[in-house]
Amino acid sequence: MAPQAALSLKRTPLYELHREAGAKFVDFGGWEMPVQYAGIIEEHRAVRTSVGLFDVSHMGEIEIRGPRALEVVQRLTTNDASKLEVYQVQYSTLCYPHGGIVDDLTVYRLAPEHFLLCVNAANIDKDFAWIIEQAHGDADITNTSVEIAQLALQGRQAQATLQPLCDIGLDAVRYYWSAQGRVRGIETLISRTGYTGEDGFEMYCSAAEGPQLWRALMEAGAPYQIKPIGLGARDTLRLEMGYALYGHDITADTTPLQAGLGWIVKLNKGDFVGREALAKERGEGIKRRLVGLEMIDRGVARAHYHILADGEIVGEMTSGTVSPSLNKGVGLGYVRTECAKVGTPVQVDIRGKPAQARVAATPFYPSQVRKA
Amino acid sequence: MEFPAGLRYTKEHEWIRVEGDQAYVGITDYAQQELGDVVYVELPDAGGAVRYMEPFGVVESVKAVSDLFAPVTGAVSQVNEELFNRPELVNSDPYGQGWMLLVQIGDPAQLETLMTAEQYQAYLRQAREG
Repeated sequence: MAPQAALSLKRTPLYELHREAGAKFVDFGGWEMPVQYAGIIEEHRAVRTSVGLFDVSHMGEIEIRGPRALEVVQRLTTNDASKLEVYQVQYSTLCYPHGGIVDDLTVYRLAPEHFLLCVNAANIDKDFAWIIEQAHGDADITNTSVEIAQLALQGRQAQATLQPLCDIGLDAVRYYWSAQGRVRGIETLISRTGYTGEDGFEMYCSAAEGPQLWRALMEAGAPYQIKPIGLGARDTLRLEMGYALYGHDITADTTPLQAGLGWIVKLNKGDFVGREALAKERGEGIKRRLVGLEMIDRGVARAHYHILADGEIVGEMTSGTVSPSLNKGVGLGYVRTECAKVGTPVQVDIRGKPAQARVAATPFYPSQVRKA
Repeated sequence: MEFPAGLRYTKEHEWIRVEGDQAYVGITDYAQQELGDVVYVELPDAGGAVRYMEPFGVVESVKAVSDLFAPVTGAVSQVNEELFNRPELVNSDPYGQGWMLLVQIGDPAQLETLMTAEQYQAYLRQAREG
């Protein structure tokens, strides 16, 4: 049995609401977070068929301001932030000089000289220190993580849930764009983004008003049987989409090119931390790739299980579960590039027994995000 | 949570229900709740043997993999193959349709080392307050 949560675990401003809702908690990167309420599969289905609400206040926010803010963001991130218009959002990575990933993040341009970086909870301190170090004092950098609550409203009924509470027209907020508005009077940054493969929004408000925003959304979603969603379903939802999770599928030992994130590595945008190493890797050929794997035999391929081809180890799983939508084992793992082609037959060593699997295209489940 | 009287329980959260010289084996209501949604069950083949308090199989929920421990030594006369298609029965009916093994009891004395329903509940309380 897991021991009682240590007193030192951090809690979000919504912790009490989760308790009242009967959440089961787990230590996630130093945070005491709800892993499930009603059950992972039921929550997963609620998001795929209607709408669900996630507390993601553990995620970090780092703001970069000043006349040279863009220059600093460009130096630190692999995607091309100069392409961002005000209120546009971009998926990106921070890399080390050797090309390994510090973190993956979303970059918001809130004003010409003001950027908001949304980073992973377990990486907040590491990222903040890294950003300060690489910025060389060229911009004002603040860690506003504790001041901000973040909620994710995801599912085909997300807009129907949010719109009646909201003083801005959500149709105008396109995929990977954001807007500032009031949600039942609460000042909120609303972006059409998410980690589930469904249409939906991520919302940032003051930590103090987080519980109010949560209650308002749960109330407005009642006609759609909205459910609170824990980290368990967050993981199965993102895995069905093949989205990488930092600490598992991407780490300091993997590069964005190996992880299939080449589309957010803009080698021609000018210099940035990691550029030289990534250009070299691209030039010499990428030796291993993060691929989707689907099980043919019964069984669940989980993180760290070996991937075999012709009896030889060719890679390792980094994430795995049973897809609640497809009812079969799916996962992500790194394999040698020669084994990375979709359809390649492989085996996964499940507790000493090789189980048949194949390299599969991701997403495993068709994305429903509203790109138009 | 339910803990039927008449069953015996292990510290690893299996139950055993004796019927003559045979016994049904499964996991407890507490175990299924702690695991969450069960998505996969791996059991030995009928005809195989299981040994007292040694792993005989695996139960997997969405998040976790757990070993299953045999409450007694014996020969496996039947396994619940229904669980291969409907592992969720372990959650919905842990003492009924969620049974895992039918075992020919090899050493009835081992049953006496297992907990009664009352003792098991006390054990759970103690673990919780630990």
